[in-house]
Amino acid sequence: MKVSMSVNGRQVSGEAEPRTLLVHFLRENLGLTGTHVGCESSYCGACTISLDGQAVLSCTMLAAQADGAEVTTVEGLARNGELHPVQEGFWERHGLQCGFCTPGMIMSAVTLLDENDNPSEEEIRRGIEGNLCRCTGYHNIVRAIEYAGAKMRGEEPAPAEWEDA
Amino acid sequence: MSSTSVLGGVVRRREDPALIQGGGRYTDDVKLAGTAHAAFVRSPFAHANVLSVDTSAAEAMDGVLAVYTAADVEHLGPLVAQVPVGALRPLLNNGTVKHVGEAVAMVVAVDPYVARDAADAVDVDYDALPAVVDLKHSLSDEMLVHGDMESNTLISWTGPFGADADALAAVKAGIDEQKSRDDVVVVSQEMINQRLIPVPIEPRSVLADYQIGYGRFDVYSSTQIPSALAGAIGKYFGMALNQVTVKAMEVGGGFGCKLNVYNDEVLVAFASKQLGCPVKWTETRREAANSTIQGRGWIATATMTGTTDGEILGFELDGIADMGAYSQNFTVAIPFLGVFVGSGQYSFPTHWKMDCVTTHTMTTDAYRGAGRPEAAYYLERILDMYSRKIGMDPAEVRRKNYIPASEFPGAVSPMGFPMDTGDYEANLDAALESAGWSGLLAERDAARAEGRHVGVGIATYVEVCGFGPSGLVDLGFSWAEYQMPSAFNGSSLVRVHPDGSATVSIGTGPSGQGHQTTWAQIVGDGLGMDVDRIRVIHGDTEEAPPSIGTFGSRSAAVDGSACYEATQKVQAKAARIAAHLLEASEDDIEFADGGAHVAGTDSSVGWDEIAKAAYQPHVLPEGMEGGLEAHAIFSPGNATWPFGTHIAMVEVDAATGDVRLLRYIGMDDCGNVISPMIVDGQIHGGIAQGVGQAMFEDAVYDMDGNLLSASLVDYILPTAVDLPSFELGRTVTPTDINPLGVKGIGEAGTIGAAQTVVNAVVDALESLGVTHIDMPLRPQRVWQAIQDAQA
Repeated sequence: MKVSMSVNGRQVSGEAEPRTLLVHFLRENLGLTGTHVGCESSYCGACTISLDGQAVLSCTMLAAQADGAEVTTVEGLARNGELHPVQEGFWERHGLQCGFCTPGMIMSAVTLLDENDNPSEEEIRRGIEGNLCRCTGYHNIVRAIEYAGAKMRGEEPAPAEWEDA
Repeated sequence: MSSTSVLGGVVRRREDPALIQGGGRYTDDVKLAGTAHAAFVRSPFAHANVLSVDTSAAEAMDGVLAVYTAADVEHLGPLVAQVPVGALRPLLNNGTVKHVGEAVAMVVAVDPYVARDAADAVDVDYDALPAVVDLKHSLSDEMLVHGDMESNTLISWTGPFGADADALAAVKAGIDEQKSRDDVVVVSQEMINQRLIPVPIEPRSVLADYQIGYGRFDVYSSTQIPSALAGAIGKYFGMALNQVTVKAMEVGGGFGCKLNVYNDEVLVAFASKQLGCPVKWTETRREAANSTIQGRGWIATATMTGTTDGEILGFELDGIADMGAYSQNFTVAIPFLGVFVGSGQYSFPTHWKMDCVTTHTMTTDAYRGAGRPEAAYYLERILDMYSRKIGMDPAEVRRKNYIPASEFPGAVSPMGFPMDTGDYEANLDAALESAGWSGLLAERDAARAEGRHVGVGIATYVEVCGFGPSGLVDLGFSWAEYQMPSAFNGSSLVRVHPDGSATVSIGTGPSGQGHQTTWAQIVGDGLGMDVDRIRVIHGDTEEAPPSIGTFGSRSAAVDGSACYEATQKVQAKAARIAAHLLEASEDDIEFADGGAHVAGTDSSVGWDEIAKAAYQPHVLPEGMEGGLEAHAIFSPGNATWPFGTHIAMVEVDAATGDVRLLRYIGMDDCGNVISPMIVDGQIHGGIAQGVGQAMFEDAVYDMDGNLLSASLVDYILPTAVDLPSFELGRTVTPTDINPLGVKGIGEAGTIGAAQTVVNAVVDALESLGVTHIDMPLRPQRVWQAIQDAQA
């Protein structure tokens, strides 16, 4: 069957089986391999994308269900070579190690900050509860999102912890 | 080090721009034209005779290229193991399967969906047999896991290391003799250190591309040991090492489970060679649970003997470790790593025995810490119970029994190992100060006065890592099966190109440790070169000299030292060239700010000019060869011994058993620090995995050998809401084993954390009579322990 959607601001269409998962359509048909498959059961969050402004898990959704939708993946966040504040935060505050959970984590954080650009630490932790990271213990992910929130509010982010060391 | 040293400073990681923009290239992202996809048929039984395998329906399906069974691959032999004690894994098994998830057949099809459909269409008839799952049952030999073996016990590790039976008996008798003293207490407890599933978020993936006509392999794999995989593939297919290239590009976490050559990697390569097309396989999460190695899995009794005023007279550990069905890479060697650290930071006599038994479950092998978290857990838990029994501050009991700083360097642990450097008391003091120990206890007591169940736990650890000495081959760690003559060396090649940029090729296979950044820092520091001018190539056996890879907290200490030494060689030659160009004395040349400078003058020459000259022999000093590159192999004289002290504060809801981790303080000492940012990040993640074991994670097999926790629904990982922000500090006691003075940090957090949390929870429940709870401390288990103690 033919599936059409807007992905990262570009209208795309392609052939997919009715059973093709959205994440496979993005990765295999469109070559957007930034969205990762971690568990195929909607528990790890590595496949998180934005669909019509909501963070959704693309491993438990059919490509056909996204027909006509507006999809943003991690590849679509940077604009004109400029990183999204969340991406910048992850880089500046060492919010990633192996990087595999990172695209999904970043997409959840973008949605979180779109709704509340000044979250408390607890709100940040609740906001990314659906995204598992095995490397960072979440410590620096929280710092990265705090950094991004400050940037989005036009404030100076708190200095990195290692800068006082 | 040069005047613009970046060592010890912070630079943003060079690997991040790709990873934060979706540009990271992991194995499953690689697309080669004409790639076919594999899927496996796996046993649903822990122990069964395979009566028949009918592949006809699968073979008849559209898009199926081949279905392979055991007969097709038997000629290749079993899966290689580095320490081949115990049964070796058949690549495919059509005889008697030995664990749920064991591979019975492999399907290759044009598309992964078709491959899975076809795997489901393979009809296997099994005759199920009873399974051996319980460790004590296995040890009894009532039923053998492998009918052709005499015992389920594969090997027993004892300590002190190197002691014969008489010497071990003498240590034991010496401890026993003290037990009857009036001023001595003996505390003993059987404890489970449960099995864990490593769960890197990236599932393992392999893509093999046999190139027809060229007669060579490119193998892309999500592995921590690219050189070993290349050696194994070469061996299986009778190919020279220069005909096999393994590329481990981005690897999405490993934690030890990608530190194996797997049968699927060999089988996918086999299929690619048979079919003449690239073949890819990526495991599902359920396969990752059932068919990728697991860790831990010990049951043991720890006994502490000491005086009522805190002088410990002996520690004994006696237990059983679960090896699973087959021995893979390290398997039986993992508990041996526990022997190294069995006596921790302490000087008391230690008697240690672990029987390694086989069961009808998935193989165990290296999971972050690998033998050392288990050893530290038993020691630090029983030390805590002993402190409680004699009513002394657990920090002070530890202090009283340390190997004193004055014995370093040159201390030999009670387990018989020479240790590099250590200052445990200074580290303890720093931890206590950082936590505000007395204030913390007062805060706890105030909370208790309000009826809350708040507890504080402390634990220390030593780690042994940075393996290691080339001579380990003589202990049986040869890696000969992987064509690695002395695998534990570090190896690095540094090359300056004619334009003055540089490339460092190194045999490590990182999975998040930031090597792109760290190696560039080492080279940049040595050459006074901007890190942006330095390319790092790792995880690629075509480009990099062989090294065993990234595990055991070894990369910085061993390969990093090789990187440093290769850099020194390049620097020495470049200094001669620069002195020649600047008409100065070689002794006055310093490297900084992108070139060479004559000390005390403004005379300088940039790397572009030095490099240009290096490739024009006629302008070089007479007799000097052209080119500017150097290779170094580094074989350390010993392993390194990091250490630390961790402190946790928890609150338990006694009505529900829910545990909340309020504070976590880590004070770690990994010697010199190249990047504080990366080192702290490693500790954060390590602590999270130790807390995960303490509070959530559990690989549960039922008595029929079914893994009940094979999905992330049932295997519970800590999420962001389960953990606090961590409070880290460090002491710095450089090692004298390598030129960088670094010890390694990848596993330290995990080795320190689990017992710290359990000690805190038991402290919180002290007034309710709870003395021990086996991990994981999930609400139901904590609640039950409270009920049992109250009954």
